[in-house]
Parts: sequence; structure tokens; C-alpha cells
Amino acid sequence: MTRYVLKRLMLLPALLFLFSVTVFAIVQAPPGDFLTTYVATLASSGSSISAEQVEALRREYGLDQPVWIQYLKWMENLARGNLGLSLEYQRPNAELIGERLVLTMVLALLSFVFTWVVAIPAGIYSAMHPRSPVDYVLTVLNYVGVATPNFMLALVLMWGAFAYFGVSVTGLFSPDFVEAPWSLARVADLLKHVWLPAVVLGIAGTARLTRVMRANLLDELNKPYVTTARAKGLSEWRLVVRYPARLALNPLVSTIGWYLPALFSGSLIVATVMNLPNIGPLLLRALINQDMYLAGSILLIYCFLTIVGTLISDILLAWLDPRIRFEGG
Amino acid sequence: MTTPVLQVEDLRVHFPLDEGLVRAVDGVSFDVHPGQVVGIVGESGCGKSVTMKAILQIVEPPGRIVGGRILFRKDTGAPVDLTRLSPKSAELRAIRGAEIALIPQEPMAAFSPVHSVGEQIIEALRLHERQWRPSGSRLSKTEARSMTADLFRSVGISMPEERIDAYSWQLSGGLRQRAMIAMALSCRPRLLIADEPTTAIDVTTQAQILNLLRDLQRRNGTAIVFITHDLGVIAQMAHYVVVMYLGRVMEQGSVEQIFHAPKHPYTRALLKSIPSVTVTPRTLLPTIAGSIPHPLGRPRGCPFHPRCPDAIPGVCAERVPALRPVGPTQLASCFLYSPDEAAES
Amino acid sequence: MSALAPAVSVTAEERVSLASSWRLVWWRFRKHRLALASAFVLLALYLVVLCPDFFSTQDPEATEARLAFIPVQRVHFFDGGRPGPWVPDVVGKRNPTTLRMEWRIDESRHIPVRFFVSGYPYHLLGIVPTRIHLLGTAGADGRERLYLLGTDRLGRDQWSRLVHGTRTSMTIGLTAVTFSVVIGVLLGGISGYYGGLADSIIQRLIELLQSLPTIPIWLALTAALPRDWSPQQVFFAITVILSLVGWTTLGREVRGRFLALREEDFVLAADLAGASQRRIILRHMVPTFLSHIIATSTLAIPAMIINETSLSFLGLGIRPPAISWGVLLQEAQNIQTVALAPWLLIPAAVVILSVLAFNLVGDGLRDAADPYSQ
Repeated sequence: MTRYVLKRLMLLPALLFLFSVTVFAIVQAPPGDFLTTYVATLASSGSSISAEQVEALRREYGLDQPVWIQYLKWMENLARGNLGLSLEYQRPNAELIGERLVLTMVLALLSFVFTWVVAIPAGIYSAMHPRSPVDYVLTVLNYVGVATPNFMLALVLMWGAFAYFGVSVTGLFSPDFVEAPWSLARVADLLKHVWLPAVVLGIAGTARLTRVMRANLLDELNKPYVTTARAKGLSEWRLVVRYPARLALNPLVSTIGWYLPALFSGSLIVATVMNLPNIGPLLLRALINQDMYLAGSILLIYCFLTIVGTLISDILLAWLDPRIRFEGG
Repeated sequence: MTTPVLQVEDLRVHFPLDEGLVRAVDGVSFDVHPGQVVGIVGESGCGKSVTMKAILQIVEPPGRIVGGRILFRKDTGAPVDLTRLSPKSAELRAIRGAEIALIPQEPMAAFSPVHSVGEQIIEALRLHERQWRPSGSRLSKTEARSMTADLFRSVGISMPEERIDAYSWQLSGGLRQRAMIAMALSCRPRLLIADEPTTAIDVTTQAQILNLLRDLQRRNGTAIVFITHDLGVIAQMAHYVVVMYLGRVMEQGSVEQIFHAPKHPYTRALLKSIPSVTVTPRTLLPTIAGSIPHPLGRPRGCPFHPRCPDAIPGVCAERVPALRPVGPTQLASCFLYSPDEAAES
Repeated sequence: MSALAPAVSVTAEERVSLASSWRLVWWRFRKHRLALASAFVLLALYLVVLCPDFFSTQDPEATEARLAFIPVQRVHFFDGGRPGPWVPDVVGKRNPTTLRMEWRIDESRHIPVRFFVSGYPYHLLGIVPTRIHLLGTAGADGRERLYLLGTDRLGRDQWSRLVHGTRTSMTIGLTAVTFSVVIGVLLGGISGYYGGLADSIIQRLIELLQSLPTIPIWLALTAALPRDWSPQQVFFAITVILSLVGWTTLGREVRGRFLALREEDFVLAADLAGASQRRIILRHMVPTFLSHIIATSTLAIPAMIINETSLSFLGLGIRPPAISWGVLLQEAQNIQTVALAPWLLIPAAVVILSVLAFNLVGDGLRDAADPYSQ
């Protein structure tokens, strides 16, 4: 199995290279470039800029070079660990992305924890007591949860909080802490605000996971090894958790590695709606403004996370299910 | 006469399904004495598996025990009615595995595929530790492993130390079944229930397993309830035979009586349908006419009467015959042997 | 059966054994009440899709700033004890400070709702010019207003916009999934059936596509669409983009099925009997998992709908003046606006309803099509 993992790891740089080309091509695809949008924004707000100034800026940003040179420059910088400069913010991309990336990860991780802590026990309970009142309630909640896009849930919750409680639930920090340096107090403030976005982000996933866990477990509960375990004298709860639940979890664990990256990308829209300092809204702006290095770098980060996530899930699955380990060689 | 280890009295297990009520077990009674092998034989759907499950109270819902008693004599000698115990109670769980153990049908599916066989046996040992080792310190890891290795050796598994860490799907069919038997015997139960233990393996291995079971049974004095549809296996293993059909007992008696002097038409038909090497070639194999009715479409009266060559018109289709003695230890439920009952109308 | 075979009464068991597999699926599907009800809901929605103008009450693109933020006129079904649908009138007053019209419901004045009313002109099914709409008011002077779901900040009737948005969103969902299925089955089939080099290439391609983070890539692709494209071009482009990444899961499944089926005895038997490859594939292999594909596709449609809604909501999918659910929800992005006009959130309920219905139908189909489930 180590051979398998090593093989995948060796492919990683090749994949990233391929993706970087794709990503850059997509970012550069719209006609015009950053400056065209910039000029247009200036025009709509009333100010203007002379043609020579535009040309000077173009030369300064390297936008007059052919696309493949721009790409090479980007690659060259990346190799040195430099994510380039944001044209819009005029700051290093690494700086812009840095903190937002951490917050994005924190949000995704908390959401993930919420999902699994709620869904697995709920799924197990549902499968052990099928067609009970609790099961029906959970099933209804699950169906609705899966059917609700998370940004809509965010919208409705925000409206509810505002209309009925006069509370604005946007952002991840209270006004005093937004720009403050990191401290214990800031972390506490973060935790106070982050739980709502984490729950909103995780609802659809929780609903889906509960349903799948319930279905998988129901399948396993009919199998002979459950009867044997019961005949051995194990208590219901213990035997369910030790045997069928473990087997029912296997296909789910294989989705973990895929789920984390999905949370990253999924948080994009919720972050836009709830005004969270994530890399998602940053990407959105960068794409619209054709801030190519910023957009490209963020997209590449997403790609990297996705690949790593898939690898993790494959490893996890092999570790959990010895059948794959032995048969996979 | 020794006191029976197990006494099943008029057991009834019903399944209320959406489509109707299925009377899977409809009045079954038999005794199991210490050291005795009782074979329950019948075609698929006759209720033998459900009877077995009822003893351990592992009948799948919506099935429920609706009548009768199952008296079990524990080590201490005190009898307990298993039907009165709740399936989730600690008392019943103490009995399961430690006093009554199950050898399930398909060892491949009956072992968990993600735990080693040794792990699962050690779990059984630890679970009932207080019962087979009331005093003394807790089982250590090395002790557990050596006990498991001994168990493997006693059931004839070669290289026992290595096999402890094997997974069930890594073992051959015969080894798997032996491991399953080892797990069942691990806590020295008084009663073993073997649910078609030889159905899933080939004939040669089957012979080995049967020998093993007989051997172990003689050595440890365990009583066995042996469930199968194979009359040949019954002849080899059982001391006492119960023949079931559609949830009722057609005939029961010692193995000699059943095989040499069968009374019930069904038993006779079963025995006749065994292919024999001594019969003239190119003769038709005898079969039982008709097929087993759908569980929801039980015939009125005696369940076997639509296929019975000796059915008494007007009687067998109307009333259900009771189980009556037809010999010293033989019982049959057939109007042919109780003319007074048949005459009642 | 020869023509001389006597007519025999067919027992229930025989009907089951003679019924084609599609009939069996239909019979089992019928038993799922919830799935059946959902199927009717979807049918109703697609009826609206066929001819949204018929169901609209006003021109969805007609803006009139004066009519901004008119609240929902609730439909009442009984007028003083007698059956007859009516809505309360709305009364507008100009706010002296902001100089904007503010509307409120006037319950004292009843406006009867009439059926098959003459309204704005349109083309039925794109061909027949007509002015008939399902609902409307009698007054042709425009004095009697019918805003079943209120209006937005530009005075546009939300009901009519919702009806039109339904058409776009549900069509995109359906077409995107259809594309995905076609690509998936084609590529998955080639990969699984022929194996070898084609299989390796397609497998790598699938792995590549699945390693891409979907939403960011979609964002990037849709942002790359030129701003001056017509709504139809944008519509088509969005569909293609959505289906480009969506086919991979199905492709993998189909490949797996073909790989397994290739070794089956019945395929070998057909081959030995002299059946052509095309016949083996189409008549022997595909039918075994066709129902599974249909069930999976039905379950994929709601995901596409949600994706399109999300993209349009962000301004990167369907763009105004085209209407989709996502475009409608864009109006609800501002919390202060929504607090003033909560009816702007109603499209969210329709999204949830349609996704729910698709999920239930898909689940029902999947259970009915699986020959091994109870």
C-alpha cells in the first residue's frame, strides 16, 4: 500500500502543473484584462484616466506581454514561493490569502466536525429504530435539509435574525476585532460567530450523511454476522457500534477526503452571502476583475486541496477495510 | 431419565406481515437431554430456523413468540423460561454465548469481515468471563491468545497461532467452519445450536466437520440441537429426530424409529425420495407430489394433506391432527394413527 | 403464441411474470405514495415550463418604479360565504420624505380573480399569437391590480417572474443532466467495454476532472463568458459548463457496470449465438442498468438546479434580463431590502419544493428499479 501512496504522491506535481495551465487559461479567457475592468469602473464612478497612464500601468503590471510569458512569470514566482501581486489591492497575494485561508479552513473543519458528530449517531439511531416517530421526524428533516441550498438557508436565517431580533449575523468577528492581531480574546470572538456559518454550511451534508448512514446500516443489520454477534450475548448498542456500524461507515469514510474540499468550495457562496473573510469571496472578486495572479493562485490552492483530500480518503479507506489492503496489493 | 437441558413446549412464533399473518412455528414441542443430539429436519420454510432463533430470542421483527414455553436448565440446575426473558435483558445476554451457543449457517458471512477471527473469539471469552471463570483475575491478552490457540487446536485447525490473526475470508471453508465451532464452544456452553452447519461446505469437508462435532460432543457432553434439511446428516449425527412441516411437527422419535419405522406419510415420503445407489438405473426418482404452499396460503386442516397420498377425505382437510404417541418414544400427528380422533366429527 | 391458443384467464402471478420490466418498475413505483405525489408536482411544474406566459399575470420584464414593493395580495376563496376567488386591493401613498410610493393592502376593497383573462400578448408555445392568460382581473384599465406574490424594487410582478424563472431553471437542470448522461454513458461505455488504451485515457480524464474543485472552476468558467453574449448563448454555455464536470460520476459507474457485465455468462452466450457487438451492448447489457441510470439521473437534476441557482445568485450564471430562480434570489441578497419585502424570498420555497420533489421521485425510481430491493 505504501507503493500505491508513493505513486500518487509522485503524480501530484504533474497534476498541479496541468491544473495550473488550465486554471491560468480559464482566468485569462475573458476578453480584455484587469485594466479594462479598472478603466470601466473608473468611468462609471465619474473619474477617468488618460490613455498614456493606462499604457504605463499596463507595462508596469506586465499585462502587455503575451499570455504565455505572463504564465511563465507566475510559475517562476510560484517556484520561489511567491504567489505574486494582486493588481487590485496592490498587495502580495500571500498576505491577502494567508489569513483568509486559515479562516476558511477553520470554518470548513468546524462544519465537518458538526456534520459527523450529528449525522452518525442520528443515522445509527434511525437505523436501529426504523419507522419510529423519531425516525420519521429525522427523515423529514433530512429530506428538507438536502433540498435546501446552503446559501438560501443563510439568507433565510439572516433575514429572520434581522427581522425578528434586529441582529445582524454577518461576518466572523465583532467590529472591534476585525483588524486586531491574534489573541485569545479574538479566538473567543471568532468562536462566538463561526458556529452559525459552520452549521449553515454543514446542514445539507449532515442531512445527506444521516440518510446514507441509515441506509447503509439498515443493509448491514440484516446480515448474518449481526445475528452471530447477538447470539454471542453482546448488548444491542455495543454490537451495532462494533460491527455493522463499522462496516456501514466504510463507504462513508471514503467520502471524507472528497468532503473537505467540497466544504471549501461550498463555503464560497455562503461566505459571500454572510460576508465572511474567506478566500471564496476573494476569488469571486478576483475573477470578475481579472486579477489573474490572485485568481490563479487561489484556484491552484483549491486544486491542491482537492487532490490531497482524495488521496487522504483513499488511504483512510484502505486502512479501515483490510479487504482492500490485501487485495489491492 | 435425566432432566432435560431444554424443554420446548407448544412453541408458537408468528410473523404479522402487511400481507397477512404467517404462523412460522405453530405448536412445536420437544426435549433435549444432556449429551444428546436432537436433529430438526424439514424442507425450506418449515420453521426449523425460526424455532432455533426463538430459543435464543433472536427472531427478527416483526416475528414474535406468541405462545408456549422454552425451559432451559442452567448450570445451577434452576430452570428458566426463555420466552419470559426480554430479548435485551442482561439475563438473556448472559445465557447467549455462555450457556447456549450458536453455530450459524454460513461461516463466511457470519464472521465480521473487518475483524480477525481471533479478535471475535476473544471478544466472546471476555464477554462471559465472569461466567466461565467466576473468580480470578481478568483475562490478559496473552492468556486470551493462548486460550484461543488451544480452542483452535481442539477443533483441528493447523497452525493455530498464525490463524488467530487471520480474517475469515482468508480461510478455506472448512477452516472457517472450525473457527466458528471454536467460537461457539469457547465458553463451554451446555447447549449448542447448529444451524445447517454443513450446508455451505463440500461433502468431504462436511464429513470432517461432522466427525469433529460428534467428537467434541462426546468429550464435553454438550447437548446439540442440529438443524438441517439433509436426512443423511441426521442419520449420522442425531439421537432424536423432529420432522417439521409448515411450522408443525409431523413426527418425532429416536433416530432408529424414524428411519426404520417411520409412521407419518410425510416422513415416509422424505425417506423414499433419498436417491439410492442400489435402485435399478433409469427409474424415476420418487418425489413428493405438489410443492410447499406459500406461507400465507396454508391449507385448512393438516398442513400436509394436499400432498399426502394417504389423506383421509373429509377429515384431513378439515381438522388439524394433534401430536400423539405412536410408539415407545415416537410421536406423530396424523389421523391415520388416531382413528378415534378421525371419527369425531 | 399461436393464433389458435385459447384465451385463458391470467392469474396475478402470471401477470407479474409476463409483464415487461418497465411495467414492473411502474407498479412498484406506484406503491410509493410520496414519490407518486412528487411526480405529480413535477408534472405540474413542467406544465408551467411548457408555457409560462399562459400562467403569468403580467409581463415579467415590465418595470415601473412607481409600483415597487407592492406586498403580496393574498388570494381568498370565498367572498362573503359564496365561492369566488378574490384578492384585496392595494393602496399607494407617496412618502413625503423619500418621495417613493409606499403600498399597503386594503382589505375593504375586493378585486375578483377571473380565469382565462385577456392580458399582454405573447406566443403560445412560440407559434400561436394570443392574449389569453390563466389568471387575471377583469379591469382592463389597469386600475385593478393582481400581484399574487408582490413586486420587487423595480415594480416587476414577482409571480410572473417566478413562473418564467421556473422555466429557465428547470430546463437547465434537465438539459445539463441529459448532456451529462449522454457523455457519461458514451465515454463510460467505451471505457468499460473496449478497455485497453481507450480505457486508460478516459480513466485518467475522469480522475483529472474529479480532482478539480467544482464550484471554483465553475465560477472561473462562467466568469470567462463574454459579457455581451445573448441570454440564449449564456443559457447554452451554462448548460455545457455544468454538464462538463457532472458526467464523471456516471461515467465511472457505467464503466464499472460494463466491466462487470463483460464477464457475465449471458453476454458470452449472446456472443456465441452470433449477436453483433452493437446488439449485445444495446439489447443485452444496457437494459440491465438502464433503470439505474434513469434513477441516478433523476437524482442528479436537483444538484444541477441548485448549482445553476447558486451561480446565477452570484451574478455569474444566467444574467438579467433573463430570469431564473437564482436571478430572482439576487434581489433578496440585501438584508434590509428583504426585511422590507420578505416576499422576495418566496422563490427559495419553490427551489426547495422542486428539489424535494426530484429527490423523492428519484428515490422512488431507484427503489422501484432495483430488482433486488424488497
